[in-house]
Amino acid sequence: MKNTLKVVLGAAALGLMASVASAGTLEDVKAKGFVQCGVNTALAGFSAPDDKGNWTGLDVDFCRAVAAAIFGDGNKVKFTPLSAKDRFTALQSGEVDLLSRNTTWTIQRDTALGLNFAGVTYYDGQGFMVNAKKLPGVNSALQLSGASVCVQSGTTTELNLADYFKANNLEYNPVVFEKVEEANAAYDSGRCDAYTTDQSGLYAIRLTLAAPDDHVVLPEIISKEPLGPSVRQGDDKWFDIVKWTYYALLTAEELGITQANVDEMKNSASPEIKRVLGVEAETKIGTDLGLDNDWVVKIVKATGNYGEIFERNVGSGSPLKIARGLNGLWTKGGLQYAMPIR
Amino acid sequence: MAIQDAVKASEPAKSSLIYDPRFRSIFFQVLIVGLLVFAIWWIVGNTIENLRRSNIPTGFEFLRGRAGFDISDRLIAYSSDSTYGRAILVGLWNTVLVAVCGIVTATIIGFMVGIARLSHNWLIRKIATVYIEIFRNIPPLLVIFFWYLGVLSILPAPRDSIVLPFGSYLNSRGFYFPKFVWGEGAWLVVAGLIIGIGLSWFVARRARARQMATGQQFPVFWTSVALIIGFPLLGFAVAGFPLTLDFPKAGTFNLTGGFNVKPEFLSLYLALSFYTAAFIAEIVRAGILGVSKGQGEAAASLGLRSGQALRLVIIPQAMRIIVPPLTSQYLNLTKNSSLAVAIGYPDLYAIGGTILNQTGQAIEIVAIFMVIYLGISLLTSGFMNWFNAKMALKER
Repeated sequence: MKNTLKVVLGAAALGLMASVASAGTLEDVKAKGFVQCGVNTALAGFSAPDDKGNWTGLDVDFCRAVAAAIFGDGNKVKFTPLSAKDRFTALQSGEVDLLSRNTTWTIQRDTALGLNFAGVTYYDGQGFMVNAKKLPGVNSALQLSGASVCVQSGTTTELNLADYFKANNLEYNPVVFEKVEEANAAYDSGRCDAYTTDQSGLYAIRLTLAAPDDHVVLPEIISKEPLGPSVRQGDDKWFDIVKWTYYALLTAEELGITQANVDEMKNSASPEIKRVLGVEAETKIGTDLGLDNDWVVKIVKATGNYGEIFERNVGSGSPLKIARGLNGLWTKGGLQYAMPIR
Repeated sequence: MAIQDAVKASEPAKSSLIYDPRFRSIFFQVLIVGLLVFAIWWIVGNTIENLRRSNIPTGFEFLRGRAGFDISDRLIAYSSDSTYGRAILVGLWNTVLVAVCGIVTATIIGFMVGIARLSHNWLIRKIATVYIEIFRNIPPLLVIFFWYLGVLSILPAPRDSIVLPFGSYLNSRGFYFPKFVWGEGAWLVVAGLIIGIGLSWFVARRARARQMATGQQFPVFWTSVALIIGFPLLGFAVAGFPLTLDFPKAGTFNLTGGFNVKPEFLSLYLALSFYTAAFIAEIVRAGILGVSKGQGEAAASLGLRSGQALRLVIIPQAMRIIVPPLTSQYLNLTKNSSLAVAIGYPDLYAIGGTILNQTGQAIEIVAIFMVIYLGISLLTSGFMNWFNAKMALKER
């Protein structure tokens, strides 16, 4: 019932949203003093509350980076945990300013849903997980004919699943849940033979199962899942801020600017570093965006660069231990490539 | 008349308008209608403007698009190539299925518990009370989770299924039983059933007419049972027993073949039935207690046994009290079925939510939800009002 209410309120809000409210998200955000950011309800490594109730994760840190760019303080952000189903209505209706909730960038979402994706903070692909102890001998998704598969509703995952089994002429029973927690519980209790979502999600979910070591992630990647933050269409200024926050995080990593050395780097001899950090004379590197010229400094001070965020949340510094792979910088064989800040 | 005229004439002509109750009532009604129309106009205009600004298309064309997702429980043909409109229909039928099954079961349990609550047996009475107090005071969502997580999810995996008689199995994937596969000539069985029902109706009519005329009783019940079972069996034999059974067999992951009732449906159905039955039981008890004590005593003095008195005298009168609140319980049960979304049963609300998310057509989908739930509820209450009118006291 609560969810019905949410959808109805969202739809009503879409109707009631005064035209003034969509004048400028940046002005609205500055006026209320924080960024309202839509995140996942619980997905370790991306967005989940820690034992002290603080939100942590890669998606969460991106929200903090945007808040830092505007306010110079990564804590000036409030989080709205959203299910896969509620997320777009929440963004469209103005309930959140920014959606950073492991959301796949697709043409349909970019156009028909009225979203603008600011970049790809995590290159992912959909995979399957099975309980190897209960199902010994299953080592490929192609062996899953006749299986019950747990999946979250309203995701690209659900659509890819249907496509994959149809393309390979396999039968399956989808068991569809609205919330990731419900899907996890059902898989853990043995309701399903397999669980499917983005591979990063599978690793994160495996940690929360009763016996993580019993479960294996199958090798097949059945789709491209570029996950990234998105904003409403129709506010280019706000879109620019979110987009360039992402590029700033990457640029900082490219240039070796870290949370620890950002202040020293301001004295660097390199003209590029000086320009990015806004210490060049007569610079307009931040004011053109509607921010202060030292916006990159503020971001890096709050969250570190992209590499630091990655390692802390999902990489070697986390229980997930995911390798950089596609998410490495372009100079190191990955796909992360920032547009030049100049 | 004369005095009234005098009073009217003495009133000041100008100030009378605001004190005129007729004028006042019209004025305020026009004002409220005006405000309402303005509010609707403003909301609709604003919505269209905001949707246009966000480049979100409007209208119901999206219902013709390819759905692309699969649904496991379905009563009508559906695949991922079907349209969104078809998916909504699948959800609608799933909602209707669980609501109808739930209503029937809740009514049966409710009547049994309600009558048990008035039993002279202390133990039966107390058990009924405990049942009612427990289920009436727990939110329906918790009852659903109780069945789903507490009862059905601890059943064994398909490999170690609990074997039940008649080739049925129970495991964490639900309840499996053999499926009837009808061969050629199966229509004779249906024809036999129809003839059986028709004849029993005829016999019942004649028996009643005879009892009215002569006072002689006829064993209508057993005759009807014989007719309704006998004729289809006859048709079955004539057609040469055109029935094979499809037994569930162990597959790689699940049991294959047979008929599978999934745990999502089972837990929603059981939860809604048991939850609503507790309310119905109280309505039944109140209805029976609402029949004056003299009626029972009169029935007893006519020589009716207590079961007969209950069936022939008390319940028909109690129904007049029971039916109107029963209608609200049926409506509640239907609306509570939207809680299915929590356990992944693909009802109207769950499927609509998925479509909303895939297409982003929030306003259209919510409008569809409203129209359909309103339609189901109006149909239910229309039927119950008709039934109530039939049960109402007919003064002769």
